[in-house]
This record gives sequence, structure tokens and C-alpha cells, in this order.
Amino acid sequence: MNLHLKIWRQKDNQTAGKLVAYDLQGLNPHMSFLEMLDTLNEKLIVNGEDPVEFDHDCREGICGQCGVMINGTAHGPLKHTTTCQLHLRSFNDNDTIVIEPFRSSAFPVKKDLKVDRSAFDRIISLGGFVSINTGQAPDATVIPISHELAEEAFDSAACIGCGACVATCKNGSAALFTSAKITHMAILPQGKEERNHRVLSMVKQMDAESFGHCSNTEACEVECPQGISVLNIARMNFEYNRALIFKKK
Amino acid sequence: MTLNSKIPAGPLEQKWTRYKKTAKLVNPANRKKLDVIVVGTGLAGSSIAASLGEMGYQVKSFCFQDSPRRAHSVAAQGGVNAAKNYKNDGDSVYRMFVDTLKGGDFRAREANVYRMAECSLNLIDQAVAQGVPFGREYGGYLNNRSFGGVQVSRTFYARGQTGQQLLLGAYQALMRQVGKKTVQLFSRHEMLDVVVIDGKVRGIIVRNLDTGEIERHAAHAVILATGGYGKIYYLSTLAMGCNGSAIWRAHKKGALMASPSWIQVHPTSLPQSGDYQSKLTLMSESLRNDGRIWVPLKQDENRAANDIPEEDRDYYLERRYPAFGNLAPRDISSRAAKERIDAGFGIGPLKNAVYLDFAKAIKEQGKQKIEEKYGNLFDMYHKITGYDAYSEPMMISPSAHFSMGGLWVDYELMTTLPGLFALGEANFADHGANRLGANSLLQASVDGYFIAPYTIANYLSNEIHTGKISTDHVEFEKAELAVRKQIDELLQIKGNKTVDYFHKTLGKLLYDYCGLARNEQGLKYAIAEIKKLKQEFYSNVMVSGQLNSLNTELEKAGRVADYFEIGELMCYDALTREESCGAHFREEYQTADGEALRNDAEFQFISAWAWKGEGEEPELIKEPLTFEEIQPTVRSYK
Amino acid sequence: MLSTLSKKILMCLTGLFLAFFLLIHFLGNLQLFLPQEQAHLQFNAYSHFLSGNILIKIVSYVLYLSIVLHAIDGLVITIKNKKTGGDYQSDQRGRASKWYSRNMGILGTLILIFLVIHFQNFWYVYKFGAPPLDAKGNKDLYVLVIAVFQQWWYVLIYVLSMVALCYHLIHGIHSAVRTLGLYHPKFVHWFKVIGTTYSIVISIGFALMPIYIFFTVN
Repeated sequence: MNLHLKIWRQKDNQTAGKLVAYDLQGLNPHMSFLEMLDTLNEKLIVNGEDPVEFDHDCREGICGQCGVMINGTAHGPLKHTTTCQLHLRSFNDNDTIVIEPFRSSAFPVKKDLKVDRSAFDRIISLGGFVSINTGQAPDATVIPISHELAEEAFDSAACIGCGACVATCKNGSAALFTSAKITHMAILPQGKEERNHRVLSMVKQMDAESFGHCSNTEACEVECPQGISVLNIARMNFEYNRALIFKKK
Repeated sequence: MTLNSKIPAGPLEQKWTRYKKTAKLVNPANRKKLDVIVVGTGLAGSSIAASLGEMGYQVKSFCFQDSPRRAHSVAAQGGVNAAKNYKNDGDSVYRMFVDTLKGGDFRAREANVYRMAECSLNLIDQAVAQGVPFGREYGGYLNNRSFGGVQVSRTFYARGQTGQQLLLGAYQALMRQVGKKTVQLFSRHEMLDVVVIDGKVRGIIVRNLDTGEIERHAAHAVILATGGYGKIYYLSTLAMGCNGSAIWRAHKKGALMASPSWIQVHPTSLPQSGDYQSKLTLMSESLRNDGRIWVPLKQDENRAANDIPEEDRDYYLERRYPAFGNLAPRDISSRAAKERIDAGFGIGPLKNAVYLDFAKAIKEQGKQKIEEKYGNLFDMYHKITGYDAYSEPMMISPSAHFSMGGLWVDYELMTTLPGLFALGEANFADHGANRLGANSLLQASVDGYFIAPYTIANYLSNEIHTGKISTDHVEFEKAELAVRKQIDELLQIKGNKTVDYFHKTLGKLLYDYCGLARNEQGLKYAIAEIKKLKQEFYSNVMVSGQLNSLNTELEKAGRVADYFEIGELMCYDALTREESCGAHFREEYQTADGEALRNDAEFQFISAWAWKGEGEEPELIKEPLTFEEIQPTVRSYK
Repeated sequence: MLSTLSKKILMCLTGLFLAFFLLIHFLGNLQLFLPQEQAHLQFNAYSHFLSGNILIKIVSYVLYLSIVLHAIDGLVITIKNKKTGGDYQSDQRGRASKWYSRNMGILGTLILIFLVIHFQNFWYVYKFGAPPLDAKGNKDLYVLVIAVFQQWWYVLIYVLSMVALCYHLIHGIHSAVRTLGLYHPKFVHWFKVIGTTYSIVISIGFALMPIYIFFTVN
């Protein structure tokens, strides 16, 4: 099949970018989207042009490193699918595909389709954990956790940190990402002890990273590769309100 | 050179306890004077960086990914083993030790394997305390599943994303220390060399992958937790960025590489569908619990799978290994698949796959039950291939997966370079010639959480008077210069073939001659071909872009340059090991019915290799293996 | 400086208060549907009662404050969101959400403009103008209402504004419940149903008033 690509090219964070058109012929529909970009880069390199920089690593949908806007939707047309798991069979012959980086003021573009998502790490570093040192753990069965609770915690913990929620949010809000971790930790007895401190400090960092407000449009859940529920955001609000009411001093 | 594995004296089950009792400590006030560098942020890297940070050392953590959470431990699906015996099915540390040693075809150290089994107990506790949502029963207690090669249920799991959840636990512990400023995080930094001063490793040279800057970092100890090099085959289950460069550059500075040719090929990954393919996605081994593997009885069968009647199918695993059938260990299943594919019975458009059929299981248990167990895997299969595995059999094929080989380390996980430690898949230690399922997450974790914190402290206790190490030392200068020179050289070639072309060619060569089956003639041919390919690389590769900017091609070029040398060493290793064991199958050494023929009399040792310089043949140093607890037996799954 | 979450709470509390006020306003205004004669006196008496009660006076100040805070906070949030949200050359993000959930700012602005007109029509005249008196000596708000709704363009403005109000309410109530932190899937579902029903009933009810008067009162 043949495709017409329009890819965002940007030299670095200081330079303005623009869409550049490329045509690819004779592609196999079973090719993955990123393999299509590999193919394009192969051509560019041989022609002495700069290849398109894009983020990717595991290519099996779990590391969360890949992710681009494909025709204006995060990770492309399929629901609950990362860019690396998208294949050309989801497109038609001679389609025009616009490829842009994940955008938000908290995700500055590094080059072409690569963006800086280290804001996520900083949010986690301020509370997205259980404060336990290596070697302190009691036996794993001391606290029973019901099957339902464990599954619920897993649903929140499944986040891969790709940033599609932020990219697809009209406000560039990181509410889904942050709330998924807060919820994961708030559900489990191990995480409950420091729930107040956690939610307050993670939200503070989230705000410091220039993410926008959540306005509950719920687009994030639709585009999330892991289908993380927006109810996590409600849970974060609950935890936050609760912490504000019950915090001492 | 003789190798000292530093195995503590005493009975097997007391060795580690004794070591911990007598290991030297560093007092808390001194810890903040000691710098430690950790390269890699997978399970091993994150957990050791977090643990050392908690103890009060000054830690710097490096990874090439854009976040530590993306390290490839994240992709492990099935689970993690621990001898908790929650199922009351007779499991114990000892039994786990036996299973692992036997699974590794008696090519690992007893003491290491026993320690791993012993520490497995703590790991589950640690992970649960961190909030890892392991699968649970309705009563609230932890659940287990069974995995290939063992007779008990000892595998803990978090759906099909156990690696992700364990890694997130370790990542969060790491980020907690980053928040507390005991660990400094350097993501998007790639290690390019280690710096040795007066015989001790004192730092590393890294490249900031976003800006292209070359940086020097000094420390009293350097820990490599950089994973395996299975990506050398290009097509593998590994992430695109996985590489062997960190351990290889340490090797060239004097650290020995052990058994590099032992690479596990996973039997159930998705087959290659075309030349453009970059990755072979793994489908969890657990599928083999209910799926039946077969190929057509006739070569060049053209009928669709569902049109081939029972009498025209060859369930070759059930035929050859009636006792274990479809659950035969990975090396055996992979080899059996390759045997059928090579004989012309392969299926799929490229005739490179075998069927994994759920029709019988669906008929017996109902579609709903199968959906419950494997729904996410069937969905993934559908996403990638576009086929529905409920109505027709999956197509699977073997794919390079895990490197049992790696940097040689002693019982303290220290390489032959003092001050340089290797953890997790980067070392060779615990799996012998074949790794059992769900043991890799375990090994990486226990190395980082429970073993290295003791052994590194033991080493650092002698460093408290060293003082701050300056990066102005001439050795840093030299190392940086060498790194710059190599990068310049790569950028100057400006040939007309891409880095990926060389990587793919090398990978194909290794699959064909140093893959599932090897023979003398093939290995010799491969060594010659790799040399030629390497030469062509240095005269005709095209690396676009510059040093001082974000440049993926340059990153890849450096890694592929190392792969040529690793590949060559793998072939030497495979060539000199004239026996078949575990993942290493030499066609000359097999029984009449095609099973591996191990040679304990002559090859009961670990091959450790020393770098002798560019163009020189590597030197083989043997570490004999002694078995006090159990005597090697022939592995039989018939 | 309020956190993003606190700003949303302010939005939520003021919004919910305004939504609740609508119910009271709506119930009171139902008197307009009474037979004309009865409606005339009763509606005026009701208005008089409201303007004289000290409790109602306090509530009315809370109401004005809520409107102002809701509008200002909304503006602050919208401006920040415009800055932080990504700008794409090709943008299909809309497929994943409802248009009214994305355009609360626009809907809110329409409602604010409507409020100005609405206040000018009745509240201003009633408070500061010189409205006629009815048979019982109460200010005759009823004739004011009739006079305004005799003009078709006012009816149109009111009806269209109620459409905007309806969508604003549907998302507003739904979002407010989330902001309060209700996360149980079952209750969330119920509140969604209740909130949507409430929004539709109130908005249609309000819209029917000018229409009813336009077509029945001569």
C-alpha cells in the first residue's frame, strides 16, 4: 500500500517546527506503524537526510515510551492501543497521515516527535510510593487483601506512563496519570498510612509542572492504552478533599 | 589467571547467612562520603540504587530511556518464582534450588542458585509491601500459577504484567530516593566506558543522549545492571534499545565475559512477517498450559489450519516428549520447533512458524474459560496479527529472548575488575545454560534488593579513606578521548548502508549459525563472516547527524559496533564448548534421537573470556564447577 | 495560590449552589403557569415576599457572590487550560469527548450574557426602576414579564439560552460530583442519570415559560 505522510519536523526545542510531507510506496499492511517510520528513516538516511526522531523502545505496548499524535488522535485510530501496536492495516491505501508529537506545555518537544515527559517522574518522586525501605517488609500474607481490591488496585497500577492522557486532554491535564498512582496506593492497606501526605504533595508537584486543570471531559480514558478509568480522578479528588479536611495544622 | 568465585565455606544452606554475618559494614556517617554509580534502571538497577540510597550512600543512577520506568524488566509477563509454599504442594527453598540447577543443565554454581532460591522468600514480602498488586484468591491470600519445568506452583503474578508491576515497585522506591535527593537521576544518558584507576573502577564516561554532551562521573564503585544482549539477533523479544554496550566496554577494560553463547530462545513468540520487522513479540509461555503445538504432516501444506484434519497433523512435542508434552522446557520446545521448520513443515506465509492450537481447550473448557485465562494475550495477538485465535490456531515461532551469559561475577557479584559489579541479566550467574520461566524477574530483584547491598558495602568498607575521586584524573581524560574518537570515527565514515542493515545482517548470521543449533563448521564460518561484516561496517556505514545533538542513529551505531565483537565472542564460546547443554546445542553432540548430549567429564566449567585486543583471539579461562549437594543427572522430559 | 484541584472545588461548590438556586427559582416561577388572573397577583405577592425577607436577602448576596466567583474562577481556569493544552495542526481529539464538556467556557459566557439581559429585564427594573403596582399594592413584576415575553426575539433569546444552560448543567453537575470525589461506579452512574434529568427538566421548564406566555397571554 501507499501512504502520504505529513510529519512534524523540529530541530530542537529552540527552533520552530513544521509539517513536512513524505510519500511511501509499496508498504505491507502487516507492518507496524513504527516499522513504517523505520522504513521511512532507512530511505532518508540513504538519501543523506536527517531521519525522523521518534520515541519507542519495547514495541509491545508496555514500556510507554512510544506515542505520537496520528491524524489528531493520541496513539492513532484504535482504542486502547499504543502507537507501537498499531498496524498499517488500520489505514487505507493512499491515506494521508499527519504525525505530530504529544503536545502540552509540560511536555516540551526535544526533537521532531520526541518530547520530554520527565514531569511524570517528578510527580512520582514526591509521593507515588510506599515509604518502605528494603528489608523492612513483613510476611506477604500478614495483611490479606481481597481479590476484588487487588484487581481494582491493579487496574489503576496498570498505567504505562506514556502521556497520551495529557496529549489528548484539551487542557493538557495530568489528572489521569497522577490520580491512577494515588488511587493505586490509596486502595491498598500498605499505601493507606501516608495517603494524606501523598495526595497533597503529588498534586502540588503536578501543578508545579504546568499541567492544566481536569475538566472531566473524559477524553483521557478513551485514548488511554490501558483504559485507566476516569473514576481514578474522582478518587484523587476525594483523597485530596479528605486530606484538606483532616490534615493537622 | 585463576578465577576466585569467593564462595563462602560451610554447608550450602548456611553460606549466605554466614556471609551476611561476617561481611564488613560501613557506618552511617561514612556512607555519605561514598559515591556509587548504578547504570541501568531495570529491576536490578532500580532496586540497588534505591537500597543504597536508603542506606545513605551518594548514588547516581543512569539509564538510556527517557524514564527509569521504561527499562525492559517492564515487559516480563508471566511471573516471579518464590519458594513460599503457600500452596502446600511440597515446595521449599531446596526444591527450588534443585529445579533451577537442573533446569540450567548443571552449568551454574550451587551456592549462587541456592542463595537466589533463599532470597526469593523476601522478595515477595518486599514487593507486596511496596504495593505490587499480585494476583490474590478470594480469601485475600496470594495466588500462584505453575510454570514450565517444575512440579509445584510457585509463580506469583500480577495478571500478564508481573514485570511491569515489580518494576514500578522498584522504580517508585528509586524515585522516592530521588525525591529525597539521596539518588541523582540521569535518564537519557548512555554509558560509553568505564574508567579504571590503579586497577580499580573509579567512574564512567556517559553521553547525554538529548544534548550529545560527553560527561565524566566518578564513584567508589560502579554497578552495571544493564540487562542482556539478546537484541544482538536484531529480531528478538527485547526492546529496541536493549544493548550489550555497557558490559562489553567493561569487558574491553578487563572484566571477563562468561558463557556469552548461552542465549535462551523463547518458543512462543510471534513469527516474522516480513523484512521490515523490528521485533518479535513474546506471547506468554502460560499459553502452553492449554494450547497444543503442531505442524502439518505434509511439507508445503497449503490448506488453512482448520481444514487440516487430525490425521494430517503432527503434534510433535506430544509425540517426542510424552511426559511433559506441550509443557517441555523452553530450550527443548524451541529446538523441536526449529527442527520441524527446517525440515520444511513450517506454516504461515514465510513457512517460519508452528501452530499453537486452542480448539481442544475451547471445546473442553468453553470459550469463556479460555477468555478468562488468556483474554489479554488473545487480544494482543489480534492487535498484532489481525487474526482471531479463538477461531483459528495461533502462529508462533522461536525468538531470541534472554542471555544467560554475561559478565563473570564472583559470589559477591563483583566482576574481575575490582569495584565493578554486575547485577541481573548483565551477569552470568544463576541460570546455568538455560533459565527457567519466572526466574529472571527473581534474579534481577534479589541481586538488587538483597544481595548487592551486603556485598557492595563489604567492598566499600575499604574505600572510606579514599576520599572524593576527581574526574580530572588522566584516566578519565584518556577514556573520554577514546570515546570521542570512536564517535568521530563512526560519524566520518559516511558510507551508504544504514546501521540497521548491519544489525539485521549480523542477527541473521547469528540466528543461522549461533542460534538454536550450532556446529563447528557453521561457527567458524560465522566468525569469518562477522569479521568481514565488521570491516564493511567501518568502511561503509552511514551515520547521519552530529555528536552534539539528539542522534538516535549514532546511539545505534555504537551499539552495533559492539555487537560485532560480542557476536564473535559468542561464536568462539559456542565453538569451544564441545557438548550440548541447555540453550547451547551442538549438532555434533546429540543422542541418536536428537537429544542434547552433555559432557560433564570435560565441560563442567564456566567459560570466562578475556579481551586480548582488537583482532586478537579471546583467551578462555575456566572456572570449574563442583557439585557437592546434588550430582548432575541427564535432563529428561520424555 | 489555590491548587488546580482547589480551584475546581470552588467551581464545583459555587456551581452546585447556582444549580440548586435554579430549582427554587424554577419552583417559584411555576406560578406563571397558573390561570392568568391568579398568576398575576400570586406571582407579585411571591416577589414581594422574596424582596422583603432578610434570610432571602442573605441568600441573594451569596447568589451574587457565587455568580461572580464562578465566572472569575472559570475564566482563570479556562485561560490556564488554553495555555497548557496542546495545539495540533490536525486535531481529532474531539472524537473522545462530548463537545459541551469541552466548551463549558463558551456555554458559561452565553449564560453570563443571558444573565445580564435577564437582570436588566426584571431585577434592575424591579429594584431600581419604577414598576407599576398591582391591585394588592405589590410591585407588578408580572406585567413586566408579560411585556418582555410579548416580543418574539426575547422569547428566542431566552429559549436558546436555556439550551446553553441545559448543556452547561449536564456537564457541570456531572463534573461537580466528580470534583467532590464521588468515585464509586454505581453511585457515579446514578448521579449522572439524576443530574442529566435535573438539567433537562429545569431547562425545558424555564424555556416553556416565555413560550407559554408568548402564545397564551394577550
